[in-house]
Amino acid sequence: MAGEKAAGEKKPGEKKPGKKKTDEKKPAEQKASQKEVGEKKKKVKKHHASRNPVLARGIGRYSRSAMYARKALYKRKYTAPETKIEKKKKEKPRATIIKPVGGDKNGGSRVVKIRKMPRYYPTEDVPRKLLSHGKKPFCQHKRRLRASITPGTVLILLTGRHRGKRVVFLKQLGTGLLLVTGPLVINRVPLRRAHQKFVIATSTKVDITGVKIPKHLTDAYFKKKRLRKPKHQEGEIFDTEKEKYEITEQRKSDQKAVDSQILARIKKVPQLRGYLRSTFCLSNGVYPHKLVF
Amino acid sequence: VFKRFVEIGRVAFISFGPHAGKLVAIVDVIDQNRALVDGPCSGVRRQAMPFKCMQLTDFVLKFPHSARQKCVRLAWEKENINEKWAATRWAKKIEAREKKAKMTDFDRYKVMKAKKMRNRIIKHEMKKLQKMSSKKGKKPEKPEKSEKPEKSEKAPKSEKVQKAPKAQK
Repeated sequence: MAGEKAAGEKKPGEKKPGKKKTDEKKPAEQKASQKEVGEKKKKVKKHHASRNPVLARGIGRYSRSAMYARKALYKRKYTAPETKIEKKKKEKPRATIIKPVGGDKNGGSRVVKIRKMPRYYPTEDVPRKLLSHGKKPFCQHKRRLRASITPGTVLILLTGRHRGKRVVFLKQLGTGLLLVTGPLVINRVPLRRAHQKFVIATSTKVDITGVKIPKHLTDAYFKKKRLRKPKHQEGEIFDTEKEKYEITEQRKSDQKAVDSQILARIKKVPQLRGYLRSTFCLSNGVYPHKLVF
Repeated sequence: VFKRFVEIGRVAFISFGPHAGKLVAIVDVIDQNRALVDGPCSGVRRQAMPFKCMQLTDFVLKFPHSARQKCVRLAWEKENINEKWAATRWAKKIEAREKKAKMTDFDRYKVMKAKKMRNRIIKHEMKKLQKMSSKKGKKPEKPEKSEKPEKSEKAPKSEKVQKAPKAQK
């Protein structure tokens, strides 16, 4: 083996008939003897030249089985490192579960698959949606505010239960609705949301600089709450849902906190309090398109 | 029947057109429908203007026909037409109309309150007088009393009305 290897080293890529190789062993051995020791230490594996001499191109001297023997493959059986495969094989998740089953003469349990095959294969996959451009969901819409509406403006509400009332504008909320307050003691309008489109902005402004509006007054705070749990019979459902709106303590405290700051500023302007108490109305000869608000 | 005539030097008020609301003096007459007109102190250039858009005022200036702008200006300032005009009822009515149109919602509220208060005072005094007359018959004191409360009420009301539109400006 060593001799052959040494011979292989000296004459790499040589394609000579086998006879010559066997004859050349001896002189090759003598030359290679000194080098063997050194080379053994450096390189463990050295590729042997082809052990199948070529008779004609593409045709070797020995058959498959002869080559098997000549190459001593019976000795060289390698397996891939098993440990990972074994580990992976061991880690297979549970495919089935055993569930108890009731009833007489049923056998106590069934073996149930955890992950079942789909019960329906559609002939066509989910149909491709046509591309659309610039259609944003509501939360991403641009919120605009009329230039005539600034914090502290007196607004006239046109719709809702407070229609015709004059009200002080505080700020615009995240969804674009306007946060507005009476103040409560003046015209019974609490902290409330109003829609920009259904409001007339007057040119009267209250100076609201420095008024701190609590940060938890958002759209979620003002959103209407509705309970829906139709577990009971149908006759009882309509009673349990919120019919009466109850004013929570938090709303009262928030109202006080905001109003106390605003009332101070309203008192400074003469007649403003009475103005906010009054309601807006049209009468004969009064045309909104001719009015200056 | 007619008291105001188209003559040289007549001050006219322009009622419509590009120079609506301004005062001009008639310098010369061109033909039946047009006059040469000049308003040096009111920002109207010397030009022809139809009579139809002019409304004659009571003021007449003295200058010869076709006098140049300088002369018209001198005459205007000598007579102090601008001040005289502002003192006329005509001009005051115009001004009141403008102010009313500019009233904001808050002003309207204030005017309403002032009117209400004034009317209350007047009614109160009237009722008083009526009571007195019904009780004691005709008295010489009545005309004096009826004048006094009216004057005192008109003063605060007119002040309030003027204050309200003025305050917002």
